[in-house]
Amino acid sequence: MSVLHAVFAPGFFTSGPVLAAVLIGGVVALVSAPAGFLTVMRSHSFAGHAFSEVTATGGSAAYLVGVGPLLGYVVAALAGAGAMGALGVERHKSRDLVAGVVLGATLGLTALFLYLTTTSQSTSGAAVTVLFGSLFAVSSSDWPTVVALGGAALALVGVGWRPLLLSSVSPELAAARGVRLRLVESAYLAAVALAVALASMTVGAILSTALLVGPAAAALRFARTPARACAWAAAIGLVAVWGGIVLAYDSYDWPPSQQGWPVSFFVVFLVLATYLASYLFGRHRDPAHRDPAHRDPAHRDPAHRDPAHRDPAHRDPAHRDPAHRDPAHRGEA
Amino acid sequence: MRSPVGTTLRRGRASDEGPALPEGSPPPVLVVEGLTVTLGGREVLKDVSFNLHAGELAGLIGSNGAGKTTLLRAVLGLQGTAAGTVTLSGRRDHGSLGYVPQKVSLDPDLPVRARDLVALGIDGQRLGVGLHSSSRRARAEELLSSVGALHLADARVGALSGGEQQRVLIAHALASKPRLLLLDEPLANLDLRSTQETVSLLAGLTRSHGVAVLVSTHDINPLLPFMHCVVYLAGGRAASGRTAEVVRSDVLSRLYGQHVDVLHAHGRVIVSVGDEHRESGCELAPDDCAEEGQPA
Ligand SMILES: Nc1ncnc2c1ncn2[C@@H]1O[C@H](COP(=O)(O)OP(=O)(O)O)[C@@H](O)[C@H]1O
Ligand SMILES: [Mg+2]
Repeated sequence: MSVLHAVFAPGFFTSGPVLAAVLIGGVVALVSAPAGFLTVMRSHSFAGHAFSEVTATGGSAAYLVGVGPLLGYVVAALAGAGAMGALGVERHKSRDLVAGVVLGATLGLTALFLYLTTTSQSTSGAAVTVLFGSLFAVSSSDWPTVVALGGAALALVGVGWRPLLLSSVSPELAAARGVRLRLVESAYLAAVALAVALASMTVGAILSTALLVGPAAAALRFARTPARACAWAAAIGLVAVWGGIVLAYDSYDWPPSQQGWPVSFFVVFLVLATYLASYLFGRHRDPAHRDPAHRDPAHRDPAHRDPAHRDPAHRDPAHRDPAHRDPAHRGEA
Repeated sequence: MRSPVGTTLRRGRASDEGPALPEGSPPPVLVVEGLTVTLGGREVLKDVSFNLHAGELAGLIGSNGAGKTTLLRAVLGLQGTAAGTVTLSGRRDHGSLGYVPQKVSLDPDLPVRARDLVALGIDGQRLGVGLHSSSRRARAEELLSSVGALHLADARVGALSGGEQQRVLIAHALASKPRLLLLDEPLANLDLRSTQETVSLLAGLTRSHGVAVLVSTHDINPLLPFMHCVVYLAGGRAASGRTAEVVRSDVLSRLYGQHVDVLHAHGRVIVSVGDEHRESGCELAPDDCAEEGQPA
């Protein structure tokens, strides 16, 4: 019990804001996982960055107008998704140019809105909330909206999963199969827009990319299939968000101010920590299959194509265990 | 099995003769008629016509920028055309054409195994997550073993060598049981041995699967022992027909619009266009070209 108390400071499980944060943070982590995985697969972390800047503008505009920030985040992110879809994010060169111009203007708007909000309403907390988030300040009445939006994002990814995956591997292969790339890209952008909007509530607009891409990037080093990568990303995201909530709650006793440290700091810090850990403990690639023995011409022999003739090591569960860290295998990677 | 030489002899447009289908033979899998494609205001393909029959291996030959990729994309329906028709026998759906694009660049860190990519060939265009089923898994393994790549099933696609990735992509393309397989420069960046393995694999597929195969390459050489017919692109125009009928001084001179020498030396052929010398080394004896399964 004393260990439990050392970790979960008294009152943790009975605090309304904490429980709302746990629920909303959990949804955000679950939604960010597949959206982040697809973002990494499609090399679109750019899109994540763009969304985070656009949601900052939306959040600050919401404060200025006097509506809830979640509405601002979602509207701005979906508008950004529409713009990116219209411009075609797949055309890298024009995309980078347009991004430079448009996102610069977006940040300028954020600065303007925050300035106007601060001077007219003397609520100096708006900037910190929009940019860096405040999971404990999330209105607990928001949770049905959060769950609904998160469910919508997960449904988009689930329905479009196979075309999304195929077009991530190769747009050409997908197009040859009759996959409508524009439609798939739109579904992807909408899902990421929702994920970033929700992540902005949790860790703020600026840090939302870290929650989107970080767990997915770490997951690549543990998982060997797309589905498992999503599961790993979700697990890492949950650990980071919930761990961040626990640490932030504990930090009310910490120096210098006894006011607590920002939960966003802990979340992003835990994401970074798992990412670093993934380098140390993750199965970097697929060492077993880089084994020179597997390139032996004998393996091209028809007899060896029979599944029964395959090296049992391929089926050895130890090779799927992320903890499997045979130095010999790591040497290959 | 019919002889490819005998059946392709009177087909295609080797010169100005025009296509003449022998009486009573099966209709072609693919008929391209007067295909013209304009890109950036330039006619990249002009009035290109050729046929392809089941079980035929055809080479789509042309130097860089000749329009090979454009032609394949037009056949796939991914490239709009200014004029002409592309007709595929029977029903045309997403499964009737298999495509192996020139490049699939996937980071080696990404967790997509060869078997995942092949499974996406089976049903990657469908909605939903595609729950694991043992039949899907068995089908993917069957496809991988048909291209001699079962041992690569659990390897990450991005970490495969060029030749290995080529095999996996061919398995992906075969997954929908296509009648026509299109490959864009599958031999580029392969070493000699992988090149020969890939070409004999493709030749084997025309026999075992009865699929028609159109392979683009800038180097005709590795295909020659297995190729039944050729579509030769130059200056946006095409000459097509049996290899020995197309890779000839008079035909290629007409195609290039300047004098072209086709030199036979030590059983190989060198195509020399103007000042430029193009090595197309070929054992051009028709019998050699017809010989199937000849070890390269
Ligand atoms: N989108 C495009 N706009 C303008 N020209 C293009 C475009 N794509 C290709 N081309 C031109 O069309 C020609 C044929 O290209 P391509 O079919 O890729 O040749 P190949 O595959 O034989 O190397 C080239 O000269 C290329 O520059
Ligand atoms: Mg090309």
